[in-house]
Amino acid sequence: MANDATYQNYYVPADSKLPIFASLGLFLTVFGMGNMFNEMTAGADTTFGTMVLLLGGVVLATTLFVWFSKVIEESHAKLYSDQMNRSYVWGMSWFIFSEVMFFAAFFGALFYVRAFVVPWLAGEGNRGPSDMLWPNYVAEWPMLNTPDPTLFPGAHTAMGWWGLPLINTILLVTSSVTVTIAHHGLNEGNRKKLITWLGLTVALGIVFLGCQVLEYYHAYTDLGLTLNAGIYGTTFFMLTGFHGAHVTLGTFMLLVMLIRAIKGHFKADDCFGFEAAAWYWHFVDVVWLGLFLFVYILGS
Amino acid sequence: MEKAKQSRWLVALSLLLSSSMVYADWTVNMRQGVTAISREIYELHMLIFWVCVVIGVLVFGVMIISMLLHRKSVGAVSADFHDNTTVEILWTVIPVIILLAMAVPATTTLNKMYDPGEAAIDIEVRGLQWKWQYTYLNNDPTKEVKFVSSLLTPREEILNETRKREHYLLDVDNELVIPVNTRVRFLVTSGDTLHAWWVPDFAVKRDAIPGFIHQAWAEVEKTGIYRGQCAELCGKDHGFMPIVVRVVEQGEYETWLAGKQEEGRLVYETVGKEWTQDELMAKGEEVYLRVCAACHQANGQGLPPAFPSLVGQGLAVGPMAAHLDIVLNGKAGTSMQSFKGQLNAAEIAAVVIYERNAWGNNMGDSIQPREVNKMMSTGQ
Amino acid sequence: MSAIIEEHHHDDHHHGPAKGLMRWVFTTNHKDIGTLYLWFSFMMFLLGGTFALVIRAELFQPGLQLVAPEFFNQMTTMHGLIMVFGAVMPAFVGLANWLIPMMIGAPDMALPRMNNYSFWILPFAFTMLASTLLMEGGGPNFGWTFYAPLSTTYAPPSVTYFIFAVHLMGISSIMGSINVVVTILNLRAPGMTLMQMPLFVWTWLITAYLLIAVMPVLAGVVTMMLMDIHFGTSFFNAAGGGDPVLFQHVFWFFGHPEVYIMILPAFGIVSAIIPTFARKRLFGYASMVYATSSIAFLSFIVWGHHMFTVGMPLAGELYFMYATMLIAVPTGVKVFNWIATMWQGSMTFETPMLFAIAFVVLFTIGGLSGLMLSIAPADFQYQDTYFVVAHFHYVLVPGSIFSIMAAVYYWLPKWTGHMYDEKLGKTHFWLSFIGVNVTFFPQHFIGLAGMPRRIPDYALQFADYNMISSVGAFLFGFSQLLFLVIVIKCIKTGKQATAQVWEGAHGLEWTVPSPAPYHTFSTPDEVNLKEAHG
Ligand code: HEA
Ligand code: HEA
Ligand code: HEC
Ligand code: CUA
Ligand SMILES: [Cu+2]
Repeated sequence: MANDATYQNYYVPADSKLPIFASLGLFLTVFGMGNMFNEMTAGADTTFGTMVLLLGGVVLATTLFVWFSKVIEESHAKLYSDQMNRSYVWGMSWFIFSEVMFFAAFFGALFYVRAFVVPWLAGEGNRGPSDMLWPNYVAEWPMLNTPDPTLFPGAHTAMGWWGLPLINTILLVTSSVTVTIAHHGLNEGNRKKLITWLGLTVALGIVFLGCQVLEYYHAYTDLGLTLNAGIYGTTFFMLTGFHGAHVTLGTFMLLVMLIRAIKGHFKADDCFGFEAAAWYWHFVDVVWLGLFLFVYILGS
Repeated sequence: MEKAKQSRWLVALSLLLSSSMVYADWTVNMRQGVTAISREIYELHMLIFWVCVVIGVLVFGVMIISMLLHRKSVGAVSADFHDNTTVEILWTVIPVIILLAMAVPATTTLNKMYDPGEAAIDIEVRGLQWKWQYTYLNNDPTKEVKFVSSLLTPREEILNETRKREHYLLDVDNELVIPVNTRVRFLVTSGDTLHAWWVPDFAVKRDAIPGFIHQAWAEVEKTGIYRGQCAELCGKDHGFMPIVVRVVEQGEYETWLAGKQEEGRLVYETVGKEWTQDELMAKGEEVYLRVCAACHQANGQGLPPAFPSLVGQGLAVGPMAAHLDIVLNGKAGTSMQSFKGQLNAAEIAAVVIYERNAWGNNMGDSIQPREVNKMMSTGQ
Repeated sequence: MSAIIEEHHHDDHHHGPAKGLMRWVFTTNHKDIGTLYLWFSFMMFLLGGTFALVIRAELFQPGLQLVAPEFFNQMTTMHGLIMVFGAVMPAFVGLANWLIPMMIGAPDMALPRMNNYSFWILPFAFTMLASTLLMEGGGPNFGWTFYAPLSTTYAPPSVTYFIFAVHLMGISSIMGSINVVVTILNLRAPGMTLMQMPLFVWTWLITAYLLIAVMPVLAGVVTMMLMDIHFGTSFFNAAGGGDPVLFQHVFWFFGHPEVYIMILPAFGIVSAIIPTFARKRLFGYASMVYATSSIAFLSFIVWGHHMFTVGMPLAGELYFMYATMLIAVPTGVKVFNWIATMWQGSMTFETPMLFAIAFVVLFTIGGLSGLMLSIAPADFQYQDTYFVVAHFHYVLVPGSIFSIMAAVYYWLPKWTGHMYDEKLGKTHFWLSFIGVNVTFFPQHFIGLAGMPRRIPDYALQFADYNMISSVGAFLFGFSQLLFLVIVIKCIKTGKQATAQVWEGAHGLEWTVPSPAPYHTFSTPDEVNLKEAHG
């Protein structure tokens, strides 16, 4: 019979139904999405795909909810040793590293296009003869005139960095500060400080997202900057879009932490959930700074 | 000890055997080819090959000796060493030196391949699913020679219905013709997906990339016929788009080119004349079987869902404008490509009329090549 | 709340597995999950192998006889994808699951539920992938490298499912690797320093790092495809200012490290087996660790060697050539270390050792042909021919696959508690060894003679060697059924195995009884590092 000392050192959770449901949920989600995209492109009815996608989303979200609740309960029940907690810390750090690499792929694409493809298409460098195929194309960045404007009508104006993007930068940088203050509050055992500043961070995140929606609206209606506007629109929306998706996730994580803080879950030495969310938030912030520099300032 | 001698003997024997193979006329090695570059690459290939053989013989030799001598069944007792900085440094440094020795000639050859010298002839090579289109660029567009080169091997041979002849899969209808001892520049591109233009004897392999042009060049030293194949997966018939280059003396080349230019002029004139329906149908059938039947099949039934049937349904029995449009401009995102670069106005008019009136599609309508030509020149 | 805690204190699962089929579905035990991975991998190996046999059957003679070109391309693509993502990678993850906790004295993987999640995603992913073959328009037909625009503008609709299947595999691999890294960094038994870990653990630590770094890039590139196909972006379309070659850069930034992901754990396995059967400590442990790290580092900066013919600038060609050639140095260090380990040992040649020796020899041949490919000017003649096919099968089949088989024979007694049938094992080895060489050696020649890869039909001068190659493929393929028989037989019956199993074996996993109890090292005092090092 295992004794309590065992648990203190190592805790191996019991068999669990969670992973298989999470797998199923994930599968239904992507299968539904695939079906939906295919029908959409073929111009057919997307109901089936959408339903499967929704079902998958519900299964996945429910399972993850139960999963995380369970982890929190186990943690409260003191089933985790310090060593166990370190596993979560390592795990989260490596997860963030993988996210960094995901963004690296898209940043890499942007750099490659700007440094090589644009000059080549306009007749420079070792693939320079390519300009024979695009006699009307002139190199420029942001690329407003695409090589074939009938297929990819370029934007008529580029997105500047002044205005909404700058505001968004200020919002995000501020939010990184507020989340740090909240963390201090947590360390000091000052719950009020924690809740106030964390609440403020969440609010900043939501405002950021709101601004981004406005910005996209502006891009589509006023600037002619769309996904279909050639490589400028492509890189613009893919980079900012994936960033936005990560902000959404980060905001959601912080919101959960806020609720947990209100419930009184955290203590100075037992707050990994909060720290993980905060790291994630900093990561999202750093990516934004990269975007602001390379997509907005150097891109306009 | 006895065993050690034996194994050394084996090593020597295998060395002998393998070296004798190079002297034989060994048809399974890389070709030496007919350009300075291709020969240099061949030398480079043989050099690295022998370096690898020597490394292999040494490494495997030591292993075999060890396996023979240091086995438990002959009473070997294991030694107790597990580190030796000197040998470890040695076997790091020596490979580095070997690599350096290989890198030098490789760099020289590569430099030569990238040498941007002036070429006497510029040929645009365009990969299309699944054939090659060659354009001899000329400042005077009326003198530009352009033709498509596709597989000549008949279906029956491929389907094992008749005996396969020499040059099975390596024969084309229209060969590329270039002069000997002249630097020819190839501007390689693609009209649809990736292809790669590869003639082993020239050591020229260039990926054909839609929207981009890549250069390669060759200066062939010997007349003759040289064969190659598409070397980048490009869809269904990737295995069926060979390349044939005929290298001829300068004079012969000029005669050939003049002939081609004259042919172009004749086509230009035929487009202008008045065609009867029968002429259109006859011409159309010929074009259809040559170009379209690969996908839509000789009986027009296609291979649904990949290739639609043209019989009694769709555009072939719909409005003529749409029918002309898809043949002229293709349909983006499908393998139905634009044919206006490959076929002349007369051929397009004829094939459309043929499709509308063959296999029971009795549409009965007609159009003259010069009208199609007008559509083509106004860029519709 | 208390009910839940009750459940955790309910300790029967700490003694033995649950009963019934659901044991496998719900398990959080690293040994169970390892077993699941290994069986899954073997099934995928048979499936991918069956596709290879379709390819080889079609190529037995010139002419089209069995399959249409469209279907041939689907076979080539699916064969490559399934072997790489379904057979080799999961097999290594399975071995990692079984062995890493036992080798470092950990009770289990660090994140056991996530471990189960990583595995169970895979059957869904591969079912979805394989089902594309039945869809309208057929399955993926653009090669395992799925170059755009063949995989975007010209792809069949099933490409969307292919993309999502790749996403699922990526998620699974990333979670699996995070688990491995965390386990190694955090759950080593007290007293085990990094430089005392068995090399298999080291190579997996580095492999997991590679996976976490490059799988997201693969996810990125398939996402770009998805956007180009369905949402009008122009990553890979020059008309919008993109470039099909961009696809290749991003793909190979993933793809080249990927091939080392498929070989580094194999290095670890061989580094465990050779010392055991040479009865001598591994030569140059530290240099093995440094060499592995160097290979991993270099693997990030050599991707361009797959693209010598796409028309990179001269400087790019030269850089990628030099960097690629450099990899021969640390790899050579490994080969030399193995040989130095054998030198003056006291060798016996049980099945795992035979596979390990064949690995060293045949991997080296594959590595040397890789070195030839890395010489850029020469690669203009090799690229996209069967010479490349021969190269990568030599490093993958008698490389990765042989190492996996060696590992299975080596640790099978520990897993099942029985010795396998040595005679059958040796027969399996010799059949495989002969089969593999008959299949892939002639491909060097037809490649040099100019036969392109990915073609369903070929010119007459390639006929003889293709026929030999096809015969070899069937010999090799059907020999693998013998492997299945041996494993099943070993699970059912066989001589009782001792704890140490092999006379010369050292390491923590050999200190626990055979079969290894369901839970090992639940308390740190079960870990006996001294005994392990013998
Ligand atoms: C396990 C997988 C694996 C491994 C380990 C390797 C290892 C290597 N590979 Fe390979 N490779 C593939 C899998 C692998 N490869 C695959 C799948 C493809 C094709 C992808 C596709 O297109 O579908 C490919 C393609 C490929 C190409 C592209 C070919 C082309 O398409 O034109 C090149 C070119 O440089 C290359 C090079 C190398 C090199 C230099 C090594 C080196 O790591 C080898 C190093 C080893 C040695 C050199 C031998 C041992 C060393 C010594 C005994 C020391 C002494 C030696 C010297 C001093 C020389 N590989
Ligand atoms: C680890 C990876 C791996 C492995 C193990 C293999 C194993 C084999 N591969 Fe391949 N191969 C690749 C990775 C791999 N391959 C890749 C990446 C490509 C490139 C794809 C591309 O171009 O995109 C490729 C391409 C490739 C080609 C080139 C195709 C082309 O260019 O058109 C060929 C041709 O001979 C081939 C052959 C084989 C053979 C004969 C085996 C043999 O080892 C297989 C052994 C056979 C079996 C194991 C079958 C056993 C099954 C049975 C006996 C039936 C039992 C049935 C039931 C129980 C239902 N492979
Ligand atoms: C490489 C394959 C290929 C070749 C060669 C080809 N086609 Fe097509 N064709 C297609 C495909 C695929 C479609 C279906 C496009 C779509 O999805 O609508 C098509 C569609 C058509 C259609 C419209 C059918 C309909 O009713 O929608 C016509 C007409 C047509 N082709 C005529 C031709 C003619 C004329 C030629 C030769 C000059 C030709 N095709 C050569 C592949 C090909
Ligand atoms: Cu064209 Cu392959
Ligand atoms: Cu590589």
